[in-house]
Amino acid sequence: MAEPILEVRDLVKHYPLTQGILFKKQVGAVKAVDGVSFTLDKGETLGIVGESGCGKSTLAKVLMNLERATAGQVLYKGEDISRLSGPALKAVRRNIQMVFQDPYTSLNPRMTVGDIIGEPFEIHPEVAPKGDRRRAVQDLLDVVGLNPEYINRYPHQFSGGQRQRIGIARGLALKPEIIICDEPVSALDVSVQAQVINLLEKLQTEFELSYMFIAHDLSIVRHISDRVGVMYLGKLVEIGTDAEIYDHATHPYTQALLSAVPVPDPTGREGRERIILSGDIPSPANPPSGCRFRTRCWKAEERCSTEVPLLAVPEVLSGGARHDSACHFAAEREVAAAS
Amino acid sequence: MPDRNDAIPDDHDPLRNIQPTDSDHLDYVGQQGMAVEQETLIEPDPVKREQARSLWGDAWRDLRRRPIFLISAVLILLLVLIAIFPGLFTSTDPRAADLTNNYLRRPDWSDFFGAGWFGYDGQGRSIYARVIYGARASITVGICVTLAVTLLGGLAGMTAGYFGGWIDAVISRITDIFFGIPLLLGALVLLNAFATRNVWSVVIALAFLGWTQLARVMRGSVITVKQSDYVVAGRALGAGTGRLMFRHILPNAIAPVIVVATIALGGYITAEATLSFLGIGLQDPTISWGVDISSAQKVIRQAPFALFFPAAALSITVLAFIMLGDAVRDALDPKLR
Repeated sequence: MAEPILEVRDLVKHYPLTQGILFKKQVGAVKAVDGVSFTLDKGETLGIVGESGCGKSTLAKVLMNLERATAGQVLYKGEDISRLSGPALKAVRRNIQMVFQDPYTSLNPRMTVGDIIGEPFEIHPEVAPKGDRRRAVQDLLDVVGLNPEYINRYPHQFSGGQRQRIGIARGLALKPEIIICDEPVSALDVSVQAQVINLLEKLQTEFELSYMFIAHDLSIVRHISDRVGVMYLGKLVEIGTDAEIYDHATHPYTQALLSAVPVPDPTGREGRERIILSGDIPSPANPPSGCRFRTRCWKAEERCSTEVPLLAVPEVLSGGARHDSACHFAAEREVAAAS
Repeated sequence: MPDRNDAIPDDHDPLRNIQPTDSDHLDYVGQQGMAVEQETLIEPDPVKREQARSLWGDAWRDLRRRPIFLISAVLILLLVLIAIFPGLFTSTDPRAADLTNNYLRRPDWSDFFGAGWFGYDGQGRSIYARVIYGARASITVGICVTLAVTLLGGLAGMTAGYFGGWIDAVISRITDIFFGIPLLLGALVLLNAFATRNVWSVVIALAFLGWTQLARVMRGSVITVKQSDYVVAGRALGAGTGRLMFRHILPNAIAPVIVVATIALGGYITAEATLSFLGIGLQDPTISWGVDISSAQKVIRQAPFALFFPAAALSITVLAFIMLGDAVRDALDPKLR
C-alpha cells in the first residue's frame, strides 16, 4: 500500500450557537463534522457519500482550510495543515485545490476566462513566469477540452458543462496533488455529467492526481472511486473499497442508501426489497446519544443508545464484508444495488 | 440565484457547431442506461461576438435603446456643458444690474429677442443669464456630493460587509447614528458653523450627513457577494484580502451602489437649493437657483416668472438625473431584461 498523501485524524468542526446581543454566550454547537478519520493515497479517488446536511461540504471546507477545524488534524505528507496560516498556508494551497459544485456561481462573472484561469498564477507567481502565463492558460483550456481561443470570453458565454471545465482548469493551474471535488457534477445534465467525470478520470491518470470526490449520486461515486466513505450526521459510518461498500455493505444506513438507488432494469427492480427509513435526519445541534443512526435504524437496541459504535472492522464478518463499519450489529444483507 | 439569467446564452445561434473532442471517450454510461452524447458546444458567432461581453457591455447595449436614457443623457450633457461654459449660452453678465430695467417696467417686444427673454428680476438682472450661471453651483454640488458619499459610504460599507464581526457592528452603529440625523436639520447646524459659506461648505455638509444610505447599500451588496462560490474559490487559491475585495467583490457589488448614487444625485441638488432658499446654503453673490428662488418668492405676485424659470431649471435637472438613475437601474438588473 502506498503512503497516504492526506491523512485526516478525528477531524471536528462545530459551529457555535450563541445567545445574547452584546455579550455572546455559547449555548450549544452545530456538530457539522464530528470526529472523522480517513486516509487518501496518492493517485487514489476517495468518494464521500451521504444525504444533504450530513457534513460532506463542511468536511471539504475544513480540508481546504476555508473553515478552521475545531479539533483534529489534517496531515498532508505527515505535516498538520489544519492550523497553518499566512505564507505557509498559501504554500500548501498550491498542492490542494478544489472544484466547486455550481459552475454558475463559482466563476466570477466580471472576469474573462483567461483572467479566471490565470489568477492562480498571479497569486503564486513562482508557478508560471509572467511571459508564459497566456500560453499556460491556453494549455490548460486545451487540457480540459475547451478551445484555447476562448481565452477572452466571459463565463456567461459558456454552457454549464463548459463552465465546469473552466472550474477544473482553474483547479489544475497550480499543478496540485490533491483535488477536492465538492459535488462537481450534481448541477449538470446527465450527459454532461458523464463528460466531466471522464475528463476528471483522464486528468487523474495524466497528472497523477488524488481526488476526494464528494457526491450524493451513488452510481457516479461508484464509477469514479477506488474507495468510498459513507457519512451520516457528521460521522463516517462505513468506509471501504467500492466493491466492499456496494456489494457487501454492512452498515444499515449504507444498505438503506443503496436500496434507494434507481435501477433501470424493470425485471430486477420488481424483485428487490427497498428499505424505507422513517423520520428525518436529526438536528446536528443535538444528535442522538450513542449511535447517531439509531433513531432511524430497524436494528437499534438498548446498547445503541449508550455505546458509540467505533469505525472498525467488525469481528463477526468475513470475506468481502471485512471492512470498517461503525455498527454494533454490522451484517451483510441482500440488496439489489445499482450496477 | 440572482445571476441565473446570465447563464442562459441569449444568442440561440441556429448554426451551433458540434465539436467532439476526441480526448473524451464515451466509456461512462449514465445510470439511465442511455448512451452519452457529446455536449453541444454553444459557439457564439466568432466574428461578431469576438468583442468581449460583460455586464457593463450588456447594460450599455440595453441603455442605448431606451428613450428615457437618451433624453436624460442629452439633458445632462447639455446641463454639464452649461455649467462648465456658461459664456457659450449667454453673453450677458448675470450680475449686471440696471435698476431702471427691473420687473416693474412694462416689457416690450424687443425683450423677447434679447438677453431678457426670461424677464428681469427686482434689481434689473437678466433672469436668463442667472439661470444659465446658476447651473454651475447646482451641478457642482450634485456631482461632488455624490462622488464624496459614494467614496465614503462605499468604503464604510465595504469594510463593514467584508470583515463582519465587531468591525461591522461598530460601523453599522455609526451609520445608524448618522442616519438618524435629518439631512436638512443637520446641514443647517453644520453650515452655521462655517464662517464663509460657499459651494464647498455645502458639499462638505451634505457629504458628511449623506453617506449612510450608500454605506448600507454597499454593505448589503458586499455581504451577498462575499458568500458566492467564486470568492470562496479565490480564497482557496490563496488570494489576499486586497485581491478578494477589489478584484472579486467590488466589481460584483458596485452596481446597486451606482444606481442609488445616480438617483440620490438629484436629491442633493434639491437639498442645496432648499438650503439656499432657507438662506443657510449659498449666499447672494454666488449665483444659484436656490438663491434666486428665495429672492423671487418675495415678489411672486408682481413677477412670477422670476420664480418660475430657476424653479423649472431645478426641476428639469433633478428629473434628468433621477430618470438616468432609473434607466441605469433597469439596465443593470438582469431580472428586468
